[in-house]
Amino acid sequence: MKSTMGIILTGGKNNRLKELSLERSIAAVPIGGKYRIIDFTLSNMVNSGITNVGVLTQYNYRSLMDHLGSGKEWDLDRKTEGLFIFPPYLSEYGTGWYKGTADAMYNNITFLYRSDEEYVLIAQGYAIYNMDYTPMLERHINTNADITVACRNMDDLTCEDQKQLGMVQLDEDGRIIDFMEKPPNPKSSIGSLGIYIIKRDFLIELLEESAAKGLTEFVQDIIVRRTDTLKIYSYMFNGYWRPLSSIQLYYKTNMELLNPKVRQELLVGRNKIYTKVKDEPPAKYNAEANVHNSIVADGCIIEGTVENSILFRGVRVMKGAYIKDSLVMQGAVVGANSNLRYCILDKGVTISEGKALNGDSQWPLIVGKNVTV
Amino acid sequence: MIRKEIVAMLLAGGQGSRLGVLTQNIAKPAVLYGGKYRIIDFTLSNCINSGIDSVGILTQYQPLALNNHIGIGKPWDLDRMSGGVTILSPYMRTEKGEWYSGTADAVYQNIHYVDSLSAKYVIILSGDHIYKMDYSKMLDYHKKNNADATISVIEVPWEEASRYGIMSTQEDDRIFEFEEKPANPKSRLASMGIYIFTWDLLREYLILDHSQSSSHHDFGKNIIPAMLAHDRRLFAYKFDGYWRDVGTIDAYWSSNMNLTERVPDFNLFDPYWKIYTPNPVYPPHFIGDNGKVEKSIVAEGCMIYGTVRRSVIFPGVTINENTVIEDSIIMSEALIGSNVEIYNTIIGETSVIGNNVKCGVGEFAESTFNPKVYYTNTTVIGSNTVVPNNTVIGKNVVIDNYITPHDYETNNIPSGGYVMKGGGAE
Repeated sequence: MKSTMGIILTGGKNNRLKELSLERSIAAVPIGGKYRIIDFTLSNMVNSGITNVGVLTQYNYRSLMDHLGSGKEWDLDRKTEGLFIFPPYLSEYGTGWYKGTADAMYNNITFLYRSDEEYVLIAQGYAIYNMDYTPMLERHINTNADITVACRNMDDLTCEDQKQLGMVQLDEDGRIIDFMEKPPNPKSSIGSLGIYIIKRDFLIELLEESAAKGLTEFVQDIIVRRTDTLKIYSYMFNGYWRPLSSIQLYYKTNMELLNPKVRQELLVGRNKIYTKVKDEPPAKYNAEANVHNSIVADGCIIEGTVENSILFRGVRVMKGAYIKDSLVMQGAVVGANSNLRYCILDKGVTISEGKALNGDSQWPLIVGKNVTV
Repeated sequence: MIRKEIVAMLLAGGQGSRLGVLTQNIAKPAVLYGGKYRIIDFTLSNCINSGIDSVGILTQYQPLALNNHIGIGKPWDLDRMSGGVTILSPYMRTEKGEWYSGTADAVYQNIHYVDSLSAKYVIILSGDHIYKMDYSKMLDYHKKNNADATISVIEVPWEEASRYGIMSTQEDDRIFEFEEKPANPKSRLASMGIYIFTWDLLREYLILDHSQSSSHHDFGKNIIPAMLAHDRRLFAYKFDGYWRDVGTIDAYWSSNMNLTERVPDFNLFDPYWKIYTPNPVYPPHFIGDNGKVEKSIVAEGCMIYGTVRRSVIFPGVTINENTVIEDSIIMSEALIGSNVEIYNTIIGETSVIGNNVKCGVGEFAESTFNPKVYYTNTTVIGSNTVVPNNTVIGKNVVIDNYITPHDYETNNIPSGGYVMKGGGAE
């Protein structure tokens, strides 16, 4: 995929992940014990051979920038190309604030002009999946499509979750004949992954035309309006894919990582997921530790009981503590004889001795960053 | 021109032959330690944590794993515009090429490296020890004493003193006598093999030493005695923290096991003195439904479905159902089958232990292979080795690297026994 450049959209303002996305964009929300959500799309690009990647970001991007750094963990600290981060900027021509996805790309059209790859792969920073984009590019070339959209049968998501996606209807060749963004009543269970391949000069043309008309959204203003006039094809992806569009889905997805099949496909297989390195020592289990069906990251010290849970890096679990069905993020301290059930503890949370916190499997209890309970 | 105040010369060329099959194919500093690290990481991390950003690494014996590990020094933040990490291997000259014939000779042959950094001081280190030490404090001490050389020393028990280079010091810690492995030690201040020299002076002594064909070209045996003979200002710098030479199977095993204690002698979790190493790309580890881990350290990428007690588990290890592992060290990417019992065993990288294997069982027996190296209860299985299903292995057994199922004559290897490539005992 040397002929393809990547653009990652990290999303607009939303608080669907509640406290977790208050201070960080969704792409930078921690997941799976050591990752941030964007690691998946970024690693997929690198594993597919894309070496020129722009990340467009707008809201709360401090923690995202901190996470991505120079891109060296993704092998994207390159002399030419590599990783570029594009927050909004002020100029003579605009307020700088991105008004939509197309507008965000238009604001950075210089990046598109200066690159010399033939194709652009546009993907989202809010989903986790492990995907080789190469067959998608092959299909794009073979069908001679103007735009190729990665799609998937979404029947493993709830109806509510499907309503948050772009849902499509296909003809027998896989051409997209109808595209509805966030439809109230989806007509099929085929949904868009928000991953698009398009020729670079054609994308430039579409963006400049939209800007001239004052249109700002890539999906609503470009794709949805042109299913008749452009050849927009689907590429069907059959693997595991989860958009982290609600707290329920975020929690469920983390819990699904405890399933060996999911973990194998997502994390253990041939295509690795890269993330920022922290130089923590290996996890330490003291004599009282009792851990079952759980994911444990480096730097943890465990003296309590942990079941069906994920411990992120550097978590301390004191004696007599009981953690079940919970996510405990980096650097949290779970005090002696405390009890957690269906909880999500953000980074640096301290649970004092003997405290009991109970969420619900559908509404996990979220404790915000650096809070002491 | 960039001038470095101090340059480190890190001696990493030793084989460490008392580690047996563990150092058959890699140099001792490259041996895995502590669930994630290699032995040299401790010295390299000490350098960067002490603010030393120029490190020459002198390699000689089996350097491949070491070179791969160090790369351009990125994990230690030693990828620098000037200085940084430089691998100094023996090389050819117009007349002839020479191996490093001793510790002093290794530095002598790289005089131009230290000169090129215009260093005022040089610190000589070895990549063989596990310890935390702030070399900048030792340098301050060197400067304060206006010393020609400063030798880091540690108090050892009297009965062990005859195994070390022993210093005799005046009240102000100035060294007046140095004896290498004395039969009747006069003090118990042992050299740790860490020296700071004022470079101009060391340079003279290295050139002088090189011209003497009877010399062993060794810091302890030749350079230090020569400086003392000339009444140079040599000072002892006392160190009283954890310092271990993990150069025997026994010391290596015990030092690793100590890390599993509630409060180990060596704290890997010190946020102000991190130990750096390349981070392999693995997901966090997973403990299965029936998995059980007690008093152990477990690295990333492991999948544990069995029971692990008092053990050190390196990255990417898989331990299957109904398996029990106790008092053992399992190195990276090893695969342990199901219904396996492993006691007191070191298992090398990417080795495969079949189902129903028992290892480290029975009573101790003297090694029929090499009792000088293998003399404890610990069984050692090399790297890239296969142990077939249903094999029973005793205590103090050694199994070579790269052993395939065809190399076994029996599936019952009694205590003290061995399986070697080519079959022979030493």
